[in-house]
Amino acid sequence: MTTSLHVESLTRRFGSFVAVDAISFDIQAGEIWGFLGPNGSGKSTTIRMLCGVLAPSDGKAEVLGIDVARDPEAVKLRIGYMSQGSTLWADLTVIEHVRFYAGLYGMSGREGEERIAAWMQRTGLSERHNQLAGVLPGGYRKRLALACTLLHAPQMIFLDEPTAGVDPVSRREFWDIIVGLADEGTTVMVTTHYLDEAEHCNRLAMIYNGKIVASGTPESLKHLPQIGTTVEIFSNDCVGVLEAIETLPFVRGAGLYGSSLHVALASAADIDRLGSALAATGLNAQPPHPVLPSLEDVFASVAGSP
Amino acid sequence: MNWRRAWTIARKEYTQFFRDKRTVAATMLLPLIQVVLYGYLSSDVRYQPTVVWDLSRSAESRHLIEAFTNSQYFSMKYRAQSMGGVVRRIADGQALAGIVIPPNYASLLHQGKTPQVMVAVDASDATAARTSLSVAQAIGASVSVGIQRKAAIERGIPIPKVGVDVRARAWYNTALRQEVFIVPGVLALVMQFTMTFLSMSTIVRERELGTLEQLVVSPIRSSELMLGKMLPLMTIGYINVTAILLMAVLWFGVPVAGSVLLLYFTVLVFFFTTLGTGILVSTVAKTYIQAIQLIQFFLMPSMLLSGFIFPVDAMPVPLQALSYLVPLTYFLVIVRGIIIKGIGVEYLWPQITLLAALGLGVFIFAVTRFQKRID
Repeated sequence: MTTSLHVESLTRRFGSFVAVDAISFDIQAGEIWGFLGPNGSGKSTTIRMLCGVLAPSDGKAEVLGIDVARDPEAVKLRIGYMSQGSTLWADLTVIEHVRFYAGLYGMSGREGEERIAAWMQRTGLSERHNQLAGVLPGGYRKRLALACTLLHAPQMIFLDEPTAGVDPVSRREFWDIIVGLADEGTTVMVTTHYLDEAEHCNRLAMIYNGKIVASGTPESLKHLPQIGTTVEIFSNDCVGVLEAIETLPFVRGAGLYGSSLHVALASAADIDRLGSALAATGLNAQPPHPVLPSLEDVFASVAGSP
Repeated sequence: MNWRRAWTIARKEYTQFFRDKRTVAATMLLPLIQVVLYGYLSSDVRYQPTVVWDLSRSAESRHLIEAFTNSQYFSMKYRAQSMGGVVRRIADGQALAGIVIPPNYASLLHQGKTPQVMVAVDASDATAARTSLSVAQAIGASVSVGIQRKAAIERGIPIPKVGVDVRARAWYNTALRQEVFIVPGVLALVMQFTMTFLSMSTIVRERELGTLEQLVVSPIRSSELMLGKMLPLMTIGYINVTAILLMAVLWFGVPVAGSVLLLYFTVLVFFFTTLGTGILVSTVAKTYIQAIQLIQFFLMPSMLLSGFIFPVDAMPVPLQALSYLVPLTYFLVIVRGIIIKGIGVEYLWPQITLLAALGLGVFIFAVTRFQKRID
């Protein structure tokens, strides 16, 4: 396996504020690598440095073996970048967008047209050929942006919050395309704050306040030693239970999770202590039972720990 | 420089520009509306409504009033029977000038003495008033010379000689038509406003949309992006210039005395400052609204200092110095020189050189700043 991306103590400061704080990681070819974190944690800043939009304050990044700081133009030819938010012109049609990007990447003639047609087909945009981007539904906008990003067959793509504000069905279709791309050998780096989407990734890194606080496969993250034990409590008064147990000395964290409650404990030994404390409150609740933590639980505990 | 990429940008800009019918209409029509408005509004202070109180009621006083009427600057609309009547007409704005001829006007003339005629002008608008007053004085002088001649002939004595015989000739704009002066000025002004504004918005809008970042990640270079963005604007600029020139010739009968080719070349030189200023503003402003506010700081003073309305020579020295930093000042001299005087490079080369130097300075500064901004 070859390394597509090599990042070493990459740092970006804005004045005295450190947006990205000496992060290091590697991404292998053909991997879907997820970058997780709340808004403002440094995800977009990192991606913008890797794409050569923003100069790093410190550290090094090699994209496809090329030092971005030294030769950003060479990197730009080989990558695709889909930035956060709208990147389309409301007053241009779908096909005008695609032709525009084909022109920028020097694709022309028969081959260019064939590739355009192929991508229009694959992203399901063919029947919306002449529609203005301004009137496209959200999901189609994202597909158009993706088609524009992929047209020149980049070896690596950076997707910054690609599914923000998109309905669940479109999100699934969008991920089908991404998974398909990775199967064909394209390396994908994607940021998201939808933790359910993160399950699609081969590997993940969690970033908080500019620092990577945890990384690994989704499975390995759930078994990190520092997370301890997660238990679930079912109750018809989850809020009451939460208030009652939150302040217990051995409870490291607790939060609502759907119709139940997830509680983080230091070790399995604390389960019984929690059970008796819970019974003592007299609240109507089932005894706690251990569960595999969700990525949300993982994030909450790694972000909370120093 | 990859021409294909620059052309890709230009094609997109053309498509976007011509898709928005309102922008097309505004960009094409506003310059013409400006030419028409300035052209008509600038015409001279003719036929000023005038009130007359003639106490003399003589053939001589009628002759004087006729002289005023014939000048075409005064139109005898009202007759007053008292000083109060004169004051009232002027006070309520019905009349802009008042003439009072004393009762002894004719008799003093016959005695060979100099009667005094009062001409009062509403000087709220100082420029118009100045014109009226000097015309009135000239009328007075010419009427008295006529009367002296007549008296001399009647008495059979030699005709008195006038001290200095000044023969004034108006060159270039021989008919002294104000629109001949103002229409070329409007051409320069429209170029300044439209081009600066369009180049500013084409970049700021792209930045606000977030599409600029997308372009920065593509292999396009700043120079290609700039060329692709500026080329369509130059096309629009030339369409505007052509429309204004046609309007000037066909509607106002203002002929282009000099070389149209030279005019089009200097427009190209002027593009550097206008487009460059727009780009510069776009690198400072974060939003479209901010950019519009910022650009007023440049456009308003440059219009006032350029000599478009107030002659540069009449300005206080510090303001004159400032006006030489305004590119529009040079462009106005060039455009008026070519259109009105019909002069060419042999006279205009200093202005063209300075304009080009200023333009290149602004443009290069703006484009380098633009590169830094997107890094």
